Amino acid sequence: MESTELVVNGKAHKLEADSRVTLLDALRNHLGLTGTKKGCDHGQCGACTVIVEGRRVNSCLTLACMHDGDEITTIEGIGQPYNLSALQSAFVAHDGFQCGYCTPGQICSATAMIEEARAGWPSFVSDDLDGPAELSDEEISERMSGNLCRCAAYPNIVNAIRQAAGEQS
Amino acid sequence: MNAHRKMDKPDTRNRLDDMSQGLVGTAMDRPDGPLKVSGQATYAHEWEVPDMVHGVLVRATISKGRVTDVASDEILADDAIHAVITDDRLLRRPAQGGANEAPPQGSKQVDYFGQPIALVVADTFEQARHAANNLKIGYETEGNAAFDPEAAATETDKPEDDQLDQGDLDQAMRNAAFTVDQVYRTPGHNSAAMEPHCAIASWEGDKLTLRGSYQMLNFNINELADALHISADNIRMLSPFVGGGFGSKLGLSPEAVAAAIAAKEIGLPVCVTLSRQQVFETTMRRSETHQHVRLSCGEDGVLTGLGHECLVSNLPGEEFYEPVTQATHFLYGGKNRKLGIEVARLNRTCGGSVRAPGEAVGMQVLENAMDELAEAAGIDPVELRKRNIPEQHPEKDIPYSSRRFTEALDEGAKRFGWDKRNAKPGNLREGDWLIGHGMAGAARINILSEAKAKVTLLANGSAVVETDMTDIGTGTYAILTQIACDMLGLPADKVETKLGDTDFPAGPGSGGSWGASSSGSAVFLACEEIRRKLADKLGSDERDLELADGKAGTGEPAQSLAVILDGEEISAIGHIEPGKTLEDWQQATYGSYFAEVAVNAITGETRVKRMLGVFGAGRILNEKTATSQCYGGMIWGIGSALTEELAFDNRDGHIVNHDLAEYHIPVNLDVPQIEVVLLKERDEFASPIQAKGIGELGICGAAAAVTNAIYNATGIRVRDYPATLDKLLEGLPDQQQ
Repeated sequence: MESTELVVNGKAHKLEADSRVTLLDALRNHLGLTGTKKGCDHGQCGACTVIVEGRRVNSCLTLACMHDGDEITTIEGIGQPYNLSALQSAFVAHDGFQCGYCTPGQICSATAMIEEARAGWPSFVSDDLDGPAELSDEEISERMSGNLCRCAAYPNIVNAIRQAAGEQS
Repeated sequence: MNAHRKMDKPDTRNRLDDMSQGLVGTAMDRPDGPLKVSGQATYAHEWEVPDMVHGVLVRATISKGRVTDVASDEILADDAIHAVITDDRLLRRPAQGGANEAPPQGSKQVDYFGQPIALVVADTFEQARHAANNLKIGYETEGNAAFDPEAAATETDKPEDDQLDQGDLDQAMRNAAFTVDQVYRTPGHNSAAMEPHCAIASWEGDKLTLRGSYQMLNFNINELADALHISADNIRMLSPFVGGGFGSKLGLSPEAVAAAIAAKEIGLPVCVTLSRQQVFETTMRRSETHQHVRLSCGEDGVLTGLGHECLVSNLPGEEFYEPVTQATHFLYGGKNRKLGIEVARLNRTCGGSVRAPGEAVGMQVLENAMDELAEAAGIDPVELRKRNIPEQHPEKDIPYSSRRFTEALDEGAKRFGWDKRNAKPGNLREGDWLIGHGMAGAARINILSEAKAKVTLLANGSAVVETDMTDIGTGTYAILTQIACDMLGLPADKVETKLGDTDFPAGPGSGGSWGASSSGSAVFLACEEIRRKLADKLGSDERDLELADGKAGTGEPAQSLAVILDGEEISAIGHIEPGKTLEDWQQATYGSYFAEVAVNAITGETRVKRMLGVFGAGRILNEKTATSQCYGGMIWGIGSALTEELAFDNRDGHIVNHDLAEYHIPVNLDVPQIEVVLLKERDEFASPIQAKGIGELGICGAAAAVTNAIYNATGIRVRDYPATLDKLLEGLPDQQQ
């Protein structure tokens, strides 16, 4: 058993768990935060995306015991049904989902991605590695390609992110 | 109170057009949206069930034979391990959609590689997974397994009622001005819904509660009861949120029965979730297909003959086969016809329904062949299709119900700018990219399914809709709310729709695109009955009743519902059954696709630059969710065209690419901004709400628009899907220099 302190959505949690427990399963099975989804358990789909110390990660690919003291933001920390973030509201308005299973991962991923772009991080489709990163549709699509959606709400995911990123800038 | 209707006659009243609340058809946001975007929607694995333990299924690593030994004792030495289940009731295969009875059971016999053969239950998921990985299994293998559908030694059979030989196709081919005679192949597909299958079983005495991820609870409850040898009255199944299905959750799958058996045996609730690899191996695959298409026409391009003969595969004993020719039977004319299906019996994962079984791959190929015929005859592909829309059904003496195929073709061509297309292949280049344009027709049969729904108008003037129908992302919560709102004159926040609970009246389940029109009709009928009761209270005729914004009256809505109800509530169960209109009219949905692709002249990489779909599917109940369904279908079409392929190892039949890293579904950057146009249509033969199915129409031919565009860009016909780089490289102009 490993003793780990996780700071999730601003609240400290003491976790006593098997060292094999992934961050994803710690959130879902131990802390009851089931908003973060398990789609593949192998870092292939992005449904488990959470924000650790400001960066988006696949929580299925990292063990909980490696995050002692880390600040973690999950979908539950981004907004609640009656207090949605601008991005969450945009996903509802644009129908940026259907079954909704990949959606928390999409939203956590996009929340961090907008910050990455603001910090000037380039992507595979950026023309210039040094310049500011404008979130064109192609940039949004590329930067969100680690989050699979089998319902294929991709056009509306782009629409939602474009709107929310535009409102924030 | 029951309101029953058998759909024996068309319903020409179009009542939903007259309701003043006016929500049906609008792009209303999904009422379940805020829960989904905030992670609060409860999917199968996410119920808080006290004392729950975890089970992990163990898979067979042979493809045919028997399990002779399961070394349970070694595993059970660990205190954390509760049980190793090898019960004869474990499912060997998943149930087919609508089976309504248990599929083959008993895991001692092995039919395919990856088949579940045992369940290991432990305190935690990590312990169960570790023990399951270490469980030693002894086998006795049988050497006569079959893995290759096209091998000479593979046994095949032909379903009798799916063979058509009409006129003389051979002669038509000989006498034709233009012909196409080609073999096309499509690979197997996996549904790959984002939520893996999961079940939590808990018992209280003889009563079982099963929380799972299923599409058709009305059938699944009977499949589970039959598998466990108990009465369905003792089971409650819950699936209020389903993380995608696409056919893979139509029938009961192995985790449900395993969880129920284990929970009973150890006396604790048990959760069993399939790993992504198990989803590929133990749920349904779409069969690969081998399709021989023959088309013959005169100088005018009008078909004189049509052949569509297909080889698909499934496990021995399975009645389901991919109904590849389903739309070929009615879409185009040609009086000499030979259509048939042959099923190869293989030791591969069970073949079953994957989004739009039949048309998804049948239309994909038929629409490639039509493109080839258009070129051979020197006729524009849009025009060729329009010339071959038959006035009379080419095989049966029945009329068509509403059919907007011509309009979809014309509207699509206009919006896409089809007239500006360069018809000569390989003639348009931008830098390293070869640009091409292609189109295809869309068609999918329409089905109405028996459905019940209960609607209760509460004394406070709000309403509740209840049915065991599911919402697998399709928008059921939205459309049933909208129908009840319009029929009862209530704003959206005054209607609550409750789904996915077998304690509610039996819905039709989500599948075959019938969910919305069938469950929507049941809600409509229940609401009509409530309107009659309200009219009685007001002493008026139901047809004169005006309802809006929570008020009712004759002529104009004047009195609040709460006042009229005076403390009473009114409840009714609507019950729709399919009838003569489904047999006596050919019902289907139609559309068109137009695509622009860029193929890299050096690497052979294809990018879809632009895609348009125009669809006619009867009354559209929610413009937003219907559009999203069409996006989904068309993007599946992009996947079918370019990347999706189940790869089998023909030495032992195992799926080589059994995860999302190796089975390539489209990602965000693979998809451009897609345009979807929904034609205004009312199909009075389809349902009392004049709606037809739309969930699958988007895929039924979409891939052909992409590959026809690849041909236009490069001059290369890929007849062996998917059109990966290796199949284009050799024929690219830069390689030939």
